[in-house]
Amino acid sequence: MTATNNSIIEVRDLTKHFPITQGILFQRQIGAVKAVDGISFDVKAGETLGLVGETGCGKSTTARLLCRLMDPTSGAVLFEGEGIARRKGASLKALHRELQIIFQDPFSSLNPRKTVGSIIAEPFAIHGMYKGEGDRKKHVQDLMDRVGLNPEHYNRYPHEFSGGQRQRIGVARAIALEPRVLIADEPVSALDVSIQAQVLNLLKRLQREMGLTLIFISHDLSVVRHMCDRVAVMYLGKIVELAPSEALYHFPRHPYSGALLSAVPVADPTGGKRRRTILTGDVPSPANPPVACRFHTRCPKAKEPCWTEEPLLEDKGSGSLAACHFPLTEEEVALQLPAALTQAHASPSA
Amino acid sequence: MSPLLEVEDLRVTFQTEDGLVHAVDGISYSVDIGKTLGIVGESGSGKSVTSLTTLGLTRARNTKIEGRIMWDGEDLTTAPEDKMRRVRGNDIAMIFQDPLSSLHPFYKVGWQLMEAMQTHREISKHAAHERAAELLELVGIPDPRKRVNQYPHEFSGGMRQRVMIAMALANEPKLLIADEPTTALDVTVQAQILALLDDLQSRLGMAIIIITHDLGVVAETADEIAVMYAGRIIEHGSTEQVFHAPQHPYTWGLLKSIPRLDTVRNEELVPISGRPPSLIHRPSGCFFHPRCPYVREAHRRIDPKLESVAAGEEHEVACLLPPTVRSRIWNGLRSGASPASLRHLVTEEDQVAAQPLVGEVGE
Repeated sequence: MTATNNSIIEVRDLTKHFPITQGILFQRQIGAVKAVDGISFDVKAGETLGLVGETGCGKSTTARLLCRLMDPTSGAVLFEGEGIARRKGASLKALHRELQIIFQDPFSSLNPRKTVGSIIAEPFAIHGMYKGEGDRKKHVQDLMDRVGLNPEHYNRYPHEFSGGQRQRIGVARAIALEPRVLIADEPVSALDVSIQAQVLNLLKRLQREMGLTLIFISHDLSVVRHMCDRVAVMYLGKIVELAPSEALYHFPRHPYSGALLSAVPVADPTGGKRRRTILTGDVPSPANPPVACRFHTRCPKAKEPCWTEEPLLEDKGSGSLAACHFPLTEEEVALQLPAALTQAHASPSA
Repeated sequence: MSPLLEVEDLRVTFQTEDGLVHAVDGISYSVDIGKTLGIVGESGSGKSVTSLTTLGLTRARNTKIEGRIMWDGEDLTTAPEDKMRRVRGNDIAMIFQDPLSSLHPFYKVGWQLMEAMQTHREISKHAAHERAAELLELVGIPDPRKRVNQYPHEFSGGMRQRVMIAMALANEPKLLIADEPTTALDVTVQAQILALLDDLQSRLGMAIIIITHDLGVVAETADEIAVMYAGRIIEHGSTEQVFHAPQHPYTWGLLKSIPRLDTVRNEELVPISGRPPSLIHRPSGCFFHPRCPYVREAHRRIDPKLESVAAGEEHEVACLLPPTVRSRIWNGLRSGASPASLRHLVTEEDQVAAQPLVGEVGE
């Protein structure tokens, strides 16, 4: 798990605001969608860090900022101690050799006019590797074999593959350059249930074989628990809790993490009964987030100073960082989480 | 008491350019008053076509519908269109998966709710408007008097789904069909919607058919579950039976392939190899045999029938494995054994040499 203490990626106070403009000719900014609003975390080499949160919490924007598909409004991302913000040309290319991304939608992230072979060979072309025709083909077919695709399908087009297979193509393309960090942005949410496990197992196997550092983004808490060593819970552009997986799932400290866990339906008709914390209302607009603690409008525990003073992400014991004035207590957690979750913790034979 | 809705040997086929699509292939189920039936399956298993056919929404020149759908003493597969119009949205209402594309963007939400009422009953415009606001309040939309005059784009995803539910409830249906009602929603909103459906069911006493691919959702809402695969029901039983003593290898596969919050974290996922079959060129014998880890030679020839697990029991399964072998395999799987390590249970049972099929992808 966390074998080393070396951080491969350090994120410092990262912010991304998308301007909202008015007017056609003389556009003026009338506001900003604060997609990511000052987040900091480290990713350790070899670990799997999960980013969870609901629609619009900024998790995908974070992914794009990490591999510089977007430039931040402020803040910094350090890869192996060096900033990535100013990189261009050869140095940006070098970054992308180390850091690759898999996208959510396997239907729109592959060019329909290209054969699978040329899609997977694209990174080689960009980086001028394996220039010989036969050499390149051999490497592409090795990759296809590695992700569980039939190498004979080298000349087929994306539409000839199912969703799960297309996601494998995306994975093959991402690992072609043997990167050290792989960012997976909702890699299984577009897939059927019986296919999801295939792709999750593939990612786990590749991580083992290649020593990959994985940043795994998902809205599905069960999948994140299965995949990740540490998890960051995001809400409206902020990290509200950052904790080791075990700690988060057995003793969430932030009321939002607790509510998320309590909301997940459990595939067990007897073990799932509990007093649910059902949040009222919807996530507020990131263009106009609540002041101070952003969760106070929906939080069952909110009281003064939740709406006057913003809580900081601090250590709340057992290795969990949470941004909350009144973190959940053990009694509260026991009430709202499925009994089976705490039992699974106690007896590994469940 | 006879069931509210009774589907008997329903078959729906579509003639397409590529061939005949067997979307639904001989399924039977019934729903009782006030109960919830969960229909579980992956994309292309025929779960949506079944419910669309119940509402007469699959009638087209290239469609052939056989079997019976009994509702209130009448067969809905042959009922004339004007009768269907009276049933649809009145006795039986439906909530669709995608609330954004199921609401008309040009009309105010209140207008759309009023239309649903005025289609089925004599009601003054004023009264309908009043009732529209009441409905929005019923489904938990704050400030309903103002919201009733807003357009769908002014509502969030969860709120739109509430509007859809309000519209479905407008005529106090006896049966509500919810087709993936929460798939497009975030978990916290999903919890709100499921709690709302549960609450409305106990208050209004309607029956619900909930169609979903999410086993967690059915476990929490359904009284009875039908698992569909390639247009057929392959397992059917009470929620407890299906989750605690599942009988079909596909159901095992579904249960073991999803990461769950209530199991040990690093438990290996056991995916189902391959992918769902084409509904045009269906496999021979048992439709699941190309993906089944426990396949025997005979399974490629013999088509299993949906039969009771034990005489007189409601729990039904369509599987050729002997019941004793099935329970031993499930016990093995439950304690974490891999399907491959349990295969010997099948081969020991009968000495017919069975070649393990090479799955498309072994991951």
